[in-house]
Amino acid sequence: MLTLNLAIMIPFLVAAIIPFIYKKLTRIHIGWFVFAVSLLLFIYLIRYVPSIANGETYINIVEWIPSIGINFTTYLDGLSMIFGLLITGIGALVILYSIYYFDLDEDLHSFYMYLLIFMGGMLGVVFSDNLMVLYLFWELTSISSFLLIAFWFHRKQSRYGAQKSFLITVGGGIAMLVGFIMLYVMTGTFSIQEILPLVSELPAHELFIPAMILILLGAFTKSAQFPFHIWLPDAMEAPTPVSAYLHSATMVKAGIYLVARFTPIFGGGEIWFWLVTGVGMVTMIWGSFNAIRQTDLKALLAYSTISQLGLIMSLFGMGSAALYYGYSADSVFYTQATFAALFHLVNHSTFKGALFMVIGIIDHEVGTRDIRKLGGLMAFMPVTFTIALIGSFSMAGLPLFNGFLSKEMFFTAVINISQLDIFSLNSLGVLFPVVAWIASVFTFIYSLIIVFKTFFGPYQEEKLEHEAAEPPIGMMISPGILAVLVVLIFFFPNVIGYYLLNPAMGSVYPGFGTTVDLGQNITAWHGFNTELWMTIGVVITGVILYLLLRYWKGIFKLFPDKWTFNTLYDYSLTQIESSSTAITKTYMTGVLRDYFLYIYIFFVGIIGITLFYTGAFSFDMSNDVPISIYEWIMVVVMMVAGIAILFAKSRLTAIVLNGVLGYSISVLFVLFRAPDLALTQIVVETITTVLFLLCFYFLPEWKKESNGVKTKTVNLLISISVGLTFVLVALSVQHNKLFETISGFFEDAYELAGGRNIVNAILGDFRALDTMLEVVVLLIAGIGVYSLIKLKAKKGGPNSEN
Amino acid sequence: MKINDVILQAVAKVVVFIILTLGIYLFFSGHNEPGGGFIGGLVLASALVLLFLSFDIESVKKGIPVDFKKVAALGTLLAVGSGLGALFFDAPFLTQAFSYFDLPILGETELATMMIFEAGVALAVVGVVGTIILSISEDV
Repeated sequence: MLTLNLAIMIPFLVAAIIPFIYKKLTRIHIGWFVFAVSLLLFIYLIRYVPSIANGETYINIVEWIPSIGINFTTYLDGLSMIFGLLITGIGALVILYSIYYFDLDEDLHSFYMYLLIFMGGMLGVVFSDNLMVLYLFWELTSISSFLLIAFWFHRKQSRYGAQKSFLITVGGGIAMLVGFIMLYVMTGTFSIQEILPLVSELPAHELFIPAMILILLGAFTKSAQFPFHIWLPDAMEAPTPVSAYLHSATMVKAGIYLVARFTPIFGGGEIWFWLVTGVGMVTMIWGSFNAIRQTDLKALLAYSTISQLGLIMSLFGMGSAALYYGYSADSVFYTQATFAALFHLVNHSTFKGALFMVIGIIDHEVGTRDIRKLGGLMAFMPVTFTIALIGSFSMAGLPLFNGFLSKEMFFTAVINISQLDIFSLNSLGVLFPVVAWIASVFTFIYSLIIVFKTFFGPYQEEKLEHEAAEPPIGMMISPGILAVLVVLIFFFPNVIGYYLLNPAMGSVYPGFGTTVDLGQNITAWHGFNTELWMTIGVVITGVILYLLLRYWKGIFKLFPDKWTFNTLYDYSLTQIESSSTAITKTYMTGVLRDYFLYIYIFFVGIIGITLFYTGAFSFDMSNDVPISIYEWIMVVVMMVAGIAILFAKSRLTAIVLNGVLGYSISVLFVLFRAPDLALTQIVVETITTVLFLLCFYFLPEWKKESNGVKTKTVNLLISISVGLTFVLVALSVQHNKLFETISGFFEDAYELAGGRNIVNAILGDFRALDTMLEVVVLLIAGIGVYSLIKLKAKKGGPNSEN
Repeated sequence: MKINDVILQAVAKVVVFIILTLGIYLFFSGHNEPGGGFIGGLVLASALVLLFLSFDIESVKKGIPVDFKKVAALGTLLAVGSGLGALFFDAPFLTQAFSYFDLPILGETELATMMIFEAGVALAVVGVVGTIILSISEDV
């Protein structure tokens, strides 16, 4: 299974190649290669489906930083399999769709590069067993999503949306990182599979609840849960294939994956149950309620996604109650919530993916997504209409489509959960079916809006940019396949149940017996029970409310626009900007003297005083090597030069005296038999002096500052204390040895590194990482100087803001 | 504004080659004697500095038509990339290897992968110094 690690890296490798080859690919659309990558990965994964269904799991370790327990460990089980298939499968369809969606003059190679990085990151998230590696990939998806949302970066809204999603998801990611570290503190391992056996001891630990909340923050921000959902509608500024892929099928589900993955660790407790279920429920009803007021079809779908993610999230929360009881024959009663969650996860990806692509088609063909301008498209786009109908009705939870099955199971779960008498559910539990039902009514209404406002009613040709017509056949393949899947899953749900959902149940409930016991037989017809009556109620109420929509739409105006989380976000963003500007202005005075003051005061304060208090300033000169007469001479020369700088009349004198200091040090190096250092010092000194003289031409006149007595006293005090600290530190270093010296190690330079020059062996061999990073720093400094001088913003130049 | 430094230019023409030779010597001797990539690079760069000082930038640029930014980038890439090689032999990043070979003319010679690393360092130093000096002196 080493190949799984390689499979994760393949998208990154292809992404790295794209910039070098895209110019040569003029005859074939670059998307086909990316499509092939995605399809191959999908086929590769699907080969493992039968063995995963038999309950096998694969773990593979590639050592990365073994000394601190960070290894690139992949783990393939039922849960990661579902996500892996969604990422590669939906990915392939989206890429196929995007090939026809984009105009050829767009920046396609960047687009596919970002998309591949995203795909690799996403695969890394779901297959990583190591928490640190998981975090790494997690943030990679945030970054690639940022780049994808800002793909049309010349639009102000795109940049705004990208920044918003980035700030929120990365903020949550950092909270999650802290949670992971806490988990490490509790268990001593970063491996999820190694944490699982230790679960029983965890809840007693004082870090258990903080870690849980921090990890949930990561999951909630990523999955756009209330109140962090505000980034998702703005992320719709991305091209539609991106929305279909990232913002409905994969990335936003990373948070759900995380919750599912951590359910065995944190689940079973009251806090986890209420946080996950509660947040999910609130998100579900808030999202579905707000979806109705949207006039942009894509924004409508965004809110609908938020709502559906909330639904899945709440189901995982309810399923975690099973861990409270432990395994018994009755566990199925509770675990079916998780089963429903996994099922709906798959279903949502199919119908929402299809819907996003349909919206993309509409936008592409008629040039608008505004439902006030759309209408009557059915006659012109019958195939698109069919796909939209299948997608919407599945989302609404109507029979013949897969959404019906998972929604019925959702109703079963909320009814069951209200009968539990743990976690004070006996009183609050009544709310669950009510909230679920109301949210379903809203869902039904906005599903109707998508179909009827777009495809029925009057055709308003004068408001459209182009005349309506069916899109090229290539654009319809992907949504068509997804629509077929929607129907197929309805008729053969147990294939999915057996091969995908059952094994995943085993991952969420390890130690709950064999996976088969946890699985369920999904049936479309389950008698005239409460769930079915709830659905019938949803349809009747939904149709009535839809018909009366214009009478009650006014309630959306009851909430002033100012009272949203968006306003809060914008407000805090501007506040942070203005206050940090204010703070920065108070200390960044532009006066060099002030900056030196900070540095020196900090130095004396932190190092000097700390060392003084800890009694580290102790030295004994009796054993020191005697100082030779040459060394004395050099020291005196340096002292004279140093003091003379203070009294220099011109800048040129000061530079030359400074050079004297540098060359004297190199003479000292010669005296101490360090020719390498001496040589380096001489050359560096020469070049810096020359550079100094070059800059000299541009510097302002050298003028003596006439300072008051007070300033002079402060300067004197600080310089004396800094000098004193330096001397004391230098002297004390000789006599305080905390650790054994490592210089003995370097004596074997010839045997170990094959070099007689020990300095060189240290630089290039023993501590090569230092040298390498120094080279990188040097390069950065060079680029910095170059860009500071060369790329000065031209006044009155073209302004990229719009 | 440019003064005609005949003596400086005449001397520089000769001295630059001496400095360049010294730089290359220092680079190659680094493994066993004082020297190495950093110093070698600095000495090579100081030869450039001398050229820029004694001649005007245009004529030097005509004589040495290289983009120093690219040189610096290439050097950094070489230094980082030489570390990656070790990964293919299941050794930690930046592990250096060396061995002795019997080469024609040179006799028994030590070849070390560190040379590649050091060459990267040297190129980065030359490139960065060149970039900085050129950009500062051109900014008039």
